Amino acid sequence: MLSRVFRLAENRYSIRMQMPKPEPEILAQRESFIRILRKIVPGEGVISSQEELRAYECDGLTAYRQRPLAVVLPADTNQVSEVLRACSECGVKIVPRGAGTSLSGGALPLEDGIVLALGKFNRILEIDYDNRIAVVQSGVTNLRISDTIAPQGFYYAPDPSSQIACTIGGNVAENSGGVHCLKYGLTTNNILGLEMVLMNGNIVRLGGRHLDAEGYDIMGLVTGSEGLLGVITEVTVRILPRPETARALLLGFPSNESAGNCVARIIGAGITPAGLEMMDKPAADAAEAFCHPGYPDNAQAVLIVELDGVKAEVDHLIGEVEDIAVEAGATSVRTSGNEEERLRFWAGRKAAFPAVGRISPDYFCMDGTIPRGRLAEVLARIATMSNQFGLRVANVFHAGDGNLHPLILYDANVPGELENAEKFGAEVLKLCVEVGGVLTGEHGVGVEKRDLMGVMFDEDDLKHQQRVKCAFDPAGRLNPGKVFPVLHRCAELGRMHVHRGQVPFPHLPHF
Amino acid sequence: MDTINVNSAEDVAEVIRWAAADEEALELVGGGTKRGLGHIATGDGAPHQLNLSALSGIALYEPEELVVSARPGTTVIALEQALATEGQRLAFEPPDWGPLYGQPIGASTIGGIVGCNLSGPRRLIAGAVRDHVLGLSCVSGRGEEFKCGGRVVKNVTGYDLCKVLTGSYGTLAAITEVTLRVVPAPARTSTVMVSDLDDAQGIAVLATALSGKSEISAAAHIPADVENGCEQSLTAMRLEGPGPSVEERLNMLGTSHPLEGLKMTILDDEESGQFWRETRNVVAFANNQNCTLWRLSVPPSQGPAVTARISQKVNARWFYDWGGGLIWLEVPEDLSDGGAVLIRDAVAEFGGHATLVRGAEQIKANFPIFQPQPSALSNLSNHIKKAFDPNGILNPNRMARDG
Ligand SMILES: Cc1cc2nc3c(=O)[nH]c(=O)nc-3n(C[C@H](O)[C@H](O)[C@H](O)COP(=O)(O)OP(=O)(O)OC[C@H]3O[C@@H](n4cnc5c(N)ncnc54)[C@H](O)[C@@H]3O)c2cc1C
Repeated sequence: MLSRVFRLAENRYSIRMQMPKPEPEILAQRESFIRILRKIVPGEGVISSQEELRAYECDGLTAYRQRPLAVVLPADTNQVSEVLRACSECGVKIVPRGAGTSLSGGALPLEDGIVLALGKFNRILEIDYDNRIAVVQSGVTNLRISDTIAPQGFYYAPDPSSQIACTIGGNVAENSGGVHCLKYGLTTNNILGLEMVLMNGNIVRLGGRHLDAEGYDIMGLVTGSEGLLGVITEVTVRILPRPETARALLLGFPSNESAGNCVARIIGAGITPAGLEMMDKPAADAAEAFCHPGYPDNAQAVLIVELDGVKAEVDHLIGEVEDIAVEAGATSVRTSGNEEERLRFWAGRKAAFPAVGRISPDYFCMDGTIPRGRLAEVLARIATMSNQFGLRVANVFHAGDGNLHPLILYDANVPGELENAEKFGAEVLKLCVEVGGVLTGEHGVGVEKRDLMGVMFDEDDLKHQQRVKCAFDPAGRLNPGKVFPVLHRCAELGRMHVHRGQVPFPHLPHF
Repeated sequence: MDTINVNSAEDVAEVIRWAAADEEALELVGGGTKRGLGHIATGDGAPHQLNLSALSGIALYEPEELVVSARPGTTVIALEQALATEGQRLAFEPPDWGPLYGQPIGASTIGGIVGCNLSGPRRLIAGAVRDHVLGLSCVSGRGEEFKCGGRVVKNVTGYDLCKVLTGSYGTLAAITEVTLRVVPAPARTSTVMVSDLDDAQGIAVLATALSGKSEISAAAHIPADVENGCEQSLTAMRLEGPGPSVEERLNMLGTSHPLEGLKMTILDDEESGQFWRETRNVVAFANNQNCTLWRLSVPPSQGPAVTARISQKVNARWFYDWGGGLIWLEVPEDLSDGGAVLIRDAVAEFGGHATLVRGAEQIKANFPIFQPQPSALSNLSNHIKKAFDPNGILNPNRMARDG
């Protein structure tokens, strides 16, 4: 599934995205800095040959590429600390990297910066069933955690589709979700502790295996910060007992409106499904052609609703959802009778991205969130835009929490199509914000949505975020050029514009 | 001391701009029920009180979107009533600590709950306040209005400032509106009670149950003689959900290890509600205003070891929530340090942190109320404080005496 995404744009090198200008003095010191790195991380831990650097030139957003100054693969937290200290002293930029599956370019290298890859942080340190937690190094893959604890009947809830490859550190940095986060929450709701190295080399531990850490919720702040605040080296995750049963419904609808309406009614009835996913006709057709999950033929929209828990609860809720679906106008209602059938319903959804990859040379995967009630309206407007831009679009999304993944289909070999697709994507995200939603639900801002931040936040909102960056990394060496459209100097951000001696609010009542 | 009343976010911004310019300290107050929690805010002189209680009311409530926005002075009771009319509620079960500080019940505001990140028994399974704050509008110590988050659950656009503001005790910004995620209330609630287990047995029972498939939404152990007139310990597990589901889970719980064969009582909706209300509001320790009261957050399985360590040295009373992970512990008033050294040593050994929730003024003045942090972390916290409030005018020293 991943390989398809990675193969998408192999012959493309151009970077049109504006990144911070490479500093000539850093480029000039490359050799001596690599020697410093080799002293810290001996042996094969420093990669510097142009050929080997190629493997790191992009992440899952393959349209943008850049070879880094060097790649360093530290083996322990102390080495990370020393690398960051050396970078601070020499003024070298750092791009942290897990598995490189980010879809927003968060791990896109900089020409004058090193990539700090966490590949060697691959140990599961402890599983503590009494406290229902696992302590793992940040380079451990998401799925490995669940696989390791499965024999004991436990799992780790957030399940991004990339879970065979992506790392838990990357999940924390992006606050990743998955199809089950409607009921079980995102990464931020499923972690209890972090070990992190700050830009000055300090190692801090946040939280632990207790609930609700003391002091400011720095762990919450770092989760979703896209590698701009520190390098995560260890994560303590909550693990959950696997529900007794899970069953799914496969529903076909004559229109996006009726499907959207069904979603609203399920939630409105006080039901929280474990997963509630929607595909429009182009996406469902592509999935059907790809792996034949048996999706209803004539449906304009397909919903998969999964319920989990004890058997009596699941059976009870399945009945309720069936009734709601019929009322909402479903033309086809199927309920999984066994595990095999349930997995078949899901197979098409899980393969939706590669399936769409087969019907188009290239695609952009968008990721906005909207209030659920606006689903049908937003889909209609996306369809209009699709005509305007002359580009096809297939919609796959986490309907239960309003998280859209429109896939914009284009062909990079047709001059102008990539640019056109980018413009289309930007319009979709602006629409999400316009209806009360946000630019990104789970893939992060990275470089991809960076220049749209102003659509959602005003100058003061952004400055309050950037001052937090200054608190962690005053010289701005950690992953610059991501998330924020304008790089301000910390000194300038810190300045207070005050007017002393004003009359103190005479119109307000005092006591 | 001077009190300044405000009616709008613009008022708040205006007051804070003035205070920032003149370097005047402000103490932010909502319902005022938790003024006793944390260090007393102190500036160079006595701080001005910025009273946010008039900034109240629900600004937006869309039940079908599971979202509500309210101004900070809205009482938790008013908010919960509005949600109840639509069969919804706040998942984090906000406690009312008013009576712990000799304040009336029902005055606690949503701004205060978010500011202190206070969650009740369901925190165990449903997350804390910080997990349900979707968006905030605020005025920072620079006197600038800003917003963060949004009104949808899935949102990774920019830093999650909501997290660091929730639980910051008003030291970073004044909150002018909160947007919260709400959840449907269950059709049925039942609580299974087992009596006469000792601490270790009780917590072990809870741990086994929490690792099973019966989806317990709250788990507490109350040792004998803590609750008035209760001579036996109580180990309580709550089940919530659709009727048929609760029925099956009750069965499941009662017929499997380790409850099989033990004598159980089942409390239904009303009685169950009262038990958990008393647990979350710490009613057992509210009456004796003189005793020193601590709240410890520890790895759940270590709860009994922590209390054993402490009770070897002092005469303490306690009970457990969150499956053993939250300990409410009362020590006699005559300990000059309020038990701070002993309790913090115990917590350091097993992991976690301890907060001095209530104690004599001279104890609060001389010992840190919140768990002291290692220097790398407290430095970082100070930098964060300065990023939002460079002149240190918002609730100065409330969380730590240097920040
Ligand atoms: C086919 C496919 C499907 C996907 N499906 C989903 C999905 O369902 N849900 C979802 O949320 N995402 C999904 N993603 C996106 C991606 O997998 C996630 O964002 C994932 O969490 C990234 O993890 P990673 O280890 O690959 O991180 P990377 O891509 O290596 O890095 C991502 C960001 O995190 C930073 N970072 C990485 N590791 C660290 C660290 N240890 N410390 C500090 N910063 C770090 C990087 O600098 C970068 O900014 C999908 C991607 C693909 C290719």
